[in-house]
Amino acid sequence: MSSYPALTFTDHGIYCAAGDFYIDPWRPVERALITHGHADHARSGHQSYLATNAALPVMRHRLGEITAQGVPYGDVVTIGDAQVSFHPAGHVPGSAQIRVEVAGEIWVASGDYKTEDDGLSEPFEPQRCHHFITESTFGLPVFRWQPQAQIAREINDWWAACAAAGKTAFLGAYALGKAQRLLTMLNADIGPILTHGAVEATNKVLRAQGIDLPETVHATAEIDPKAYPGALVLAPPSALGSAWARKFGAQENAFASGWMQLRGVRRRRAGDRGFVISDHADWQGLLDTIRETGAENIYVTHGYTDIFTRYLVENGWNAQVVPTEFEGETLDTEGKE
Amino acid sequence: MKHFAALFNAIDHSTKTTVKVSALADYFAEAPDMDRMWTMALFSGRRPKRAVTTTKLREWAAEEARIPLWLFEESYPIVGDLAETIALVLPPNETSSDESLSHWINALRALASVEEEDRKAAVLQAWAQLGGTERFVFNKLITGGFRMGVSQKLMTRALSRATDKSEAELAHRLMGNWHPDDTTWEALIEAEDASADASRPYPFYLAYALEDGPDALGAPEDWRAEWKWDGIRGQLILRDGQHFVWSRGEELMTDRFPELARAVDFLPSGTVLDGELLVWHPQTESPASFNALQRRIGRKTVPKKLLAEAPVVLHAYDLLEWEGADMRETPFAERRAVLERACADLPAEAPVRLSPQLDFDSWEDLAEVRSVARDENAEGLMLKRADSPYLVGRKKGDWWKWKLDPLTIDAVMIYAQAGHGRRANLFTDFTFAVWNGNDLVPFTKAYSGLTDAEFREITKWVRKNTLQRFGPVRQVTPHHVFEIAFEGIQASPRHKSGVALRFPRMSRWRQDKPLQEANTLDDLNDMLRIYG
Ligand SMILES: [Zn+2]
Ligand SMILES: [Zn+2]
Repeated sequence: MSSYPALTFTDHGIYCAAGDFYIDPWRPVERALITHGHADHARSGHQSYLATNAALPVMRHRLGEITAQGVPYGDVVTIGDAQVSFHPAGHVPGSAQIRVEVAGEIWVASGDYKTEDDGLSEPFEPQRCHHFITESTFGLPVFRWQPQAQIAREINDWWAACAAAGKTAFLGAYALGKAQRLLTMLNADIGPILTHGAVEATNKVLRAQGIDLPETVHATAEIDPKAYPGALVLAPPSALGSAWARKFGAQENAFASGWMQLRGVRRRRAGDRGFVISDHADWQGLLDTIRETGAENIYVTHGYTDIFTRYLVENGWNAQVVPTEFEGETLDTEGKE
Repeated sequence: MKHFAALFNAIDHSTKTTVKVSALADYFAEAPDMDRMWTMALFSGRRPKRAVTTTKLREWAAEEARIPLWLFEESYPIVGDLAETIALVLPPNETSSDESLSHWINALRALASVEEEDRKAAVLQAWAQLGGTERFVFNKLITGGFRMGVSQKLMTRALSRATDKSEAELAHRLMGNWHPDDTTWEALIEAEDASADASRPYPFYLAYALEDGPDALGAPEDWRAEWKWDGIRGQLILRDGQHFVWSRGEELMTDRFPELARAVDFLPSGTVLDGELLVWHPQTESPASFNALQRRIGRKTVPKKLLAEAPVVLHAYDLLEWEGADMRETPFAERRAVLERACADLPAEAPVRLSPQLDFDSWEDLAEVRSVARDENAEGLMLKRADSPYLVGRKKGDWWKWKLDPLTIDAVMIYAQAGHGRRANLFTDFTFAVWNGNDLVPFTKAYSGLTDAEFREITKWVRKNTLQRFGPVRQVTPHHVFEIAFEGIQASPRHKSGVALRFPRMSRWRQDKPLQEANTLDDLNDMLRIYG
């Protein structure tokens, strides 16, 4: 066993001295291992990037020219004195938990994760470890997700009702991951599926890497909305109600996010409907995962850290809050996941 | 309850009035009578009383959810609603129930009279049978906090659509003392003779605020002006030798103002007056300020001494019923003439006085009258069109209130606290201070008046400028000056500053004003001397 922990928490992010690399660092570093392509995890300015093969295309699309290397899930890479491997996190396509082993001590930095198989992302695989770094975005007992099939029914019923009323259905969702997951849930028999540019750009990247997505029409400024009666438009939340959206005439707005579980948040949004669907684990998902890792030491980031940590400590874990640079995905930044 | 939960969702999921009204109209057209009655009751503030303490509900919910109580308590402010927090932490319902809304309301009303053990068993059983919105609605009902984003006015509109009766008629039928226990759909809504109840008041007609002065109202001779009193709006009903006093909020206040009982000695049965309840100073022959009336508010029984010190008189300004006939269609000027005759010979001991009409020939004249309203303990003027009928609810056009500008003072924000529910993640409740030498003396709290964007901005600032935390309250660096507007001021030994304000709110964020230029305690005391 080494005399110092394999991973430490620094002002640049999670650091591995044995391999001299960082995981999801928030300041420029030489070597960055990235769990997934979301903006709060994959930042620009690092000298080299290492991620799963499946995560790289989106990262290149977002970050432009980067020096990056891809690895398959499960392969063990030796970096200095550290053995590193990437394992499915189930969060979005290509997302990974990063397992780091140094002299027999095993750490897992899970990034963002969800436990339900969404049929699109590589399904979550819990990893046995001694030290587990977990998010806690929805780390309160009030968050409990319904099965995806049920949410799919709710969304399709809503869409069909909009179509029957001669209205365009606008569904707001995060452009990477959530939007594509929703695509696979939609019943294309109801009507055509249109996409905002930000969503379509990500679709294009994912299709190019062989991910099968339903047919979509890019809703550019030029298209004639009247040519698509009964359409559903997938767009980032910020685009709902914009001049671009208003072109479509009579419309209903909905928003898909785990935060829609809270009536107060839902009512604050302009969106008329809220569908409770998240790419993060719910309360039970977090607890089940922590149990399955067998880890005794839990490091809590990203979310309701204080509350979740206190609960873990009361239930016998050696848990602590890991400070992060950013306030994270609290109620203030709903929509970001 | 499924049908009602679907209605709740339809209303909750839409921001559009038309959608809400038609969902409610559909419900009224289809639901069984008892459910319609309870729905009308719920939408008109006739909620069942809270049947279980919230402390118990929290304990039981945490226990059922297998979480420690502290975790429940931490979750509650984040969710922002107790009924919702309970509904969310509980495990999913095992079975479902086809029982109606009235079944569940009766079930929870029955809880008040059973032992706690049985009460708990009944609540747990309900939780196990109700899921999603049904469970949330049940919790709202059991905590006595059921509210929905539909006003009584919109509910009446939906009811009108479902019954083909006019909104005005239904509004009148729904006034007064009715309760689902004592009447039926048939008697309340359908029956020909709806005026069987002697206590039934008329719906109040409410004025809009006149923002830009009266010039746009047309010829001054078409209008009548009165003081806008700063009291309690009330309706005095004299029928069958009895008297009833109703508040604007449809609360029966008869027992709170026993001095009005004598009205039956001076005015004939079959009379209904609309007016303002004010404390009367017999010495000066004038109404006292609102501060005097405050001692009477909230008192269910009135001690003799208070009755002598702060006697209340109704200042009548409209006549809704005369000799048993509904006068509301008669033009205002004619109603007023009859009212003046009825009040002409009232002796000093009568608890009713005519609220005077103010003379003016031009709008400039009237503006001058308005400028001295505070001397009369009035808060401005009422303008009423001479030929207007007495309408139902708040309607634009015939009645206007032309209020005095509020009093204002520039103050320094020193404490901040997060809001609730919709605003749980924003700092919206602030404490303000004025200078006393080099010290800042807190004198009021305010939590409204800013836009959401301004609240977001100040929230960011509060996070960065917290000096100290006291539970949910943060002491912040004195830096920001706000203009606080308020309607009145009175001496208050309970407050450090010695004053208490009426309706304080933030009227402007004075980002242009340096900290040192905020007002002082002396300024506040000057205002107290003049307006208190
Ligand atoms: Zn993410
Ligand atoms: Zn994240």
